[in-house]
Amino acid sequence: MEFLQPSSWAEALEMKSANPEAMPIAGGTDVMVEINLDRHRPASIIDLTRVPELTEWAMEDGLLRIGAGVTYTRIIDELGARLPGLAMASRTVGSPQIRNRGTVGGNLGSASPAGDAHPPLLASDAVVELASVGGSRRLPAREFFTGPKRNAMRKDELIAAFLLEPAKGPQQFSKVGTRNAMVIAVCSFAIAIDAERRHVGTGIGSAAPTPVTAGEAETFLEGVLDEGGMWEKPAEVDEAALTRFGELVAAAARPIDDVRGTAAYRRHALSIMARRTFGWAWHEYRMKASA
Amino acid sequence: MKVGCTVNGEARIVDQVWEGESLLSVLRERMGLFGSKNACEQGECGSCSVYLDGTLVCACLVLGGQANGREIVTVEGLLEGEGLHPVQEAFVEAGAVQCGFCTPGLIVATHDLLRRVPEPTEMQVREALAGNICRCTGYAKIIDAVHLAARRMVALQRAAI
Repeated sequence: MEFLQPSSWAEALEMKSANPEAMPIAGGTDVMVEINLDRHRPASIIDLTRVPELTEWAMEDGLLRIGAGVTYTRIIDELGARLPGLAMASRTVGSPQIRNRGTVGGNLGSASPAGDAHPPLLASDAVVELASVGGSRRLPAREFFTGPKRNAMRKDELIAAFLLEPAKGPQQFSKVGTRNAMVIAVCSFAIAIDAERRHVGTGIGSAAPTPVTAGEAETFLEGVLDEGGMWEKPAEVDEAALTRFGELVAAAARPIDDVRGTAAYRRHALSIMARRTFGWAWHEYRMKASA
Repeated sequence: MKVGCTVNGEARIVDQVWEGESLLSVLRERMGLFGSKNACEQGECGSCSVYLDGTLVCACLVLGGQANGREIVTVEGLLEGEGLHPVQEAFVEAGAVQCGFCTPGLIVATHDLLRRVPEPTEMQVREALAGNICRCTGYAKIIDAVHLAARRMVALQRAAI
């Protein structure tokens, strides 16, 4: 096995270009499991923990641009107020040890349908920045996931960063698992209310071949809020509309039966999580409106 | 390949490390530091918890090469002179140690909690130790031990002022 250790972003991109099969490693929370348990033995491995550019974040034209190597712990501590949905999801990742090492860039690279960061990224219309020696490109998270543990990256590319707007309204995240810590989601759901654009964003985890959004559910709920004039004068959303929202979220999923749960359970849980998380978020919106 | 790092304050270099080898394996098999335990090798159990540049991590998930030039503190490095660290003493006294296999990891994780949060609530203790699995105790005495250690360390600190 070859061990590559670039100390700058330019060097990392050159190494990846010269070794397109090289497996990138950051916090190691996925890659090391594969190696330790002998499930996968990459011919070469490229350590990104010495690339300072990847550990930085900054505001850039109204968007937060967050380096792929920023850990979950740092997202919670440094960005929790601006990205509450992603911070909530980050708190459910593994354990303190895992959050101290794991990165959103790694989550995107692994592209597991169950990745905890993915639903909030989808709900907030995040963009993934990929780079190679030839230059960089930005891809909406909604187009990034192409299959179970597959993404739209070329072999000569690395994940540089992800970009998203600071929250423009309440955000929530919910995840079902057998305990609070150290679980892979049975299913998960994120919601982001954008009061400026009058948009409700959604993200579903672990209930389809990739993380997905629930477009019809978003449109339906926006319609309910628009019709009721609720963005200006937020009132309680009626029970029937909430139920319908839950049904549409469940319908957007394409779950399977597996060791963690059945497809039917996942659909049921999603419909509940959708109405619950919207209920929490809408309550917060109403409180702020009346304050 | 060679891996050079500072371990418990001492510069160490080991050679002939396999490129895919974890820091845990480097510590145990190459450096003879057997305090950090090897159990799950997938970051689930916390038995190999160590500090890497002051951050609590699972040594099994750190690639040996990633530790190059870094500072590692293992459970062995927490001893105060010849004596046990107050966290270790508290674990012994509270009966938080049964088979002992998870203990080193729990000690390091507790040490990390108490330097960040000197007087944690039970919820904070549970959250901080959620990545450390014990299959003997049922955790009640572990949580008692953390509170005992916290009380003593806070008292020691107050006495020192």
